[in-house]
Amino acid sequence: MRPLLYVLSFLAVLGLGFWAYRENYTTQAALREVASLQDDIANLHESLAIQRAEWAYLNRPERLRDLAVLNFDRLGLLPMEPHQFGRAADVAYPPPPSIADGVSDGVSGLGIDQPMDTAGTLNADPEVQTP
Amino acid sequence: MIRTPLRPLARILHARASGANPDTIERENLRQRHEVMRDKARGRAQLRLLFLCMCFFSAFTLVGARMGMLSASEPMEPRSAGAATNIAQGRADIVDRNGRVLATNMLTHALYVQTKDLIDPARVARELAAIFPELDGPTLERRFTDGRSFLWVRKVMSPEQMQAVHNIGDPGLLFGPREMRLYPNGSLAAHVLGGASFGAEGVDSAEVIGTAGIEKALDVRLRDPAQAGTPLELSLDLTVQATLEEVLHTGVMQYEAKGGAAILMDVHTGEIAALASYPAFDPNDRPNPLADPNAEPGDSPLFNRAVQGVYELGSTFKIFAAAQAMELGLVTPDTPINTQSLSVGRKRFSEFDNHNYGPTKTVTEVIEVSSNIGTGHIALMIGGERQKPFLKSLGLLDASPIELVEAKGARPLVPKKWPDVVTVMASFGHGMSSSPLNLAAAYATIANGGTLVKPTLLHHTTPEIGPRVLSEQVAKDSVMMLRRVVTDGTASMAKMDEYAIAGKTGTADKPRRGGGYYEDKVVNTFASVFPAEAPKYVLVVTLDEPIDRTGPEVRRTAGWTAVPVAAEIVRRTAPLLGMHPAIAPQPVDGLTAVKQ
Repeated sequence: MRPLLYVLSFLAVLGLGFWAYRENYTTQAALREVASLQDDIANLHESLAIQRAEWAYLNRPERLRDLAVLNFDRLGLLPMEPHQFGRAADVAYPPPPSIADGVSDGVSGLGIDQPMDTAGTLNADPEVQTP
Repeated sequence: MIRTPLRPLARILHARASGANPDTIERENLRQRHEVMRDKARGRAQLRLLFLCMCFFSAFTLVGARMGMLSASEPMEPRSAGAATNIAQGRADIVDRNGRVLATNMLTHALYVQTKDLIDPARVARELAAIFPELDGPTLERRFTDGRSFLWVRKVMSPEQMQAVHNIGDPGLLFGPREMRLYPNGSLAAHVLGGASFGAEGVDSAEVIGTAGIEKALDVRLRDPAQAGTPLELSLDLTVQATLEEVLHTGVMQYEAKGGAAILMDVHTGEIAALASYPAFDPNDRPNPLADPNAEPGDSPLFNRAVQGVYELGSTFKIFAAAQAMELGLVTPDTPINTQSLSVGRKRFSEFDNHNYGPTKTVTEVIEVSSNIGTGHIALMIGGERQKPFLKSLGLLDASPIELVEAKGARPLVPKKWPDVVTVMASFGHGMSSSPLNLAAAYATIANGGTLVKPTLLHHTTPEIGPRVLSEQVAKDSVMMLRRVVTDGTASMAKMDEYAIAGKTGTADKPRRGGGYYEDKVVNTFASVFPAEAPKYVLVVTLDEPIDRTGPEVRRTAGWTAVPVAAEIVRRTAPLLGMHPAIAPQPVDGLTAVKQ
């Protein structure tokens, strides 16, 4: 009985030692990974800060104003002025539906039976468009 | 185990035969046995002691070794604890009220030289001078070889320049990381932001310190590591600020002014939506202060006219006299006031350009036509001992509490004694000087219903209700008087259909350095509030030495210079501030005509 106990405890020590050895190396690997991740995070933070600065630089009012002037013939952007405001009551009603649209029950009365493009499309040549 | 008998039979028999006592043999043997047992026990005890010694020794060695290691090692945070996300942030960003960046940091590098590691100082000096135009090759070479071991060459440089320095390939050239302050919008809001520079410099880092403006005034907050991640949110609106600066610039150019300033402030919260001073500078490359001691401070672009420009603000002060007289119950808006003549002691006061406004005018009309004599009579009714505390309660006699480092140095110039002559002159803004910012705060007090407003550059949403200076009715009547100035008086160029502006013009002669006033140099101010029916913003526009040449004769009054600039600012910024204009009804078309 006793020798068996000895053998078993010896095996247990051996097993625990092996487990501790492995845990040690896994921990070290994890720590190394955390360190490299933190380096990555710091680098990303840094590039984020630079990109934020660059975004702010590219969007500075002076440049946007110049761009609006340069591209006036395509975009037609003007400074915001009081005369651009309007009254909701002044907005025209849509023209009454014509007879050809058929019976008016719900959606079909509006003549919508296919998915329709509400965003519209730019008819300009994509080659001409600048990003 | 072989046991030795205590009474061995052979020896006992032998002893008995010889007549000796056999018991002695037993005792002798017993003694020997006890001796053996004692030796064994002692040995065991010694072993135990040794073992215990070993235990204590190793325990103490362990503790000692650990203590030694702790004292000898560098203190370090446990690596797995806490995410080091704030490494990149040294100084907090500054953003406008919509979160758009006004000031941020950028990582760059400083260049320094360890001269003893230089292989070929002459070549390095030559090539560095080729990369950085402001460096001089021979001087640099002399400094490399005059015995010093360490030398700063550049504080910051661009990535391209850094690569070029790398390409020189000398081991003595070294880079130190630097956080550089960057103002991406260039000269926009330059006087608010101020600027930053490097403080104490080390190889691995350098501290960035504010040199002017809000960067210096709130330096402690911006440098606080605990708040480095949260940007400082200003009350400025980038778009409004840009528009204001654009219009002010155009105005200064059009009226050939030396400079100008404009302040747009929320009347309820005291938040400054835009503050501009022209000429401006680029805070990324802050110019040096003027070296010439005789130069006027206003000649430097660093001079913030809105805060540091302590001018006589002229007739814009008249509304304060009228408001106080109404508050004290001395007059109502319709009380007739003598506008014929006014003399205090031997001093006779006259109107601008020696106008004659007739024998009497009501208080409203006095403000409307900007009568010096009428306002002087109102001021004499109030008296100096009541006028001075009132002006002080409006904040006109103290430095502005705004978060700009320049504000503390710009104390209003106030006469020490306050005789009747000063009372009369102060009532129309002469003989005492204040800054446009103080004027804006005082107008905000009138515009918001009579409670004191503290101007601030920091964004906060809830209004801080200050102490009451004027009753609500007086404040309302005062705004209506200011409205009359625009509809029927001196500021008629601010009349427009979209927004109802109420305001007061002011034209003051510029004082000479040695005393007296210039004949042909004026400071024009227009202080206004809008919309007049429920004021939300106060706008103060000041032009320094403007001239209007559009008419047959040269005009220098505020009504012809500052007022149109202010009107244009309102027209452009009010839509951006979310204010709906009064819209004229559209002409009747066929459909609505039938309905009617």
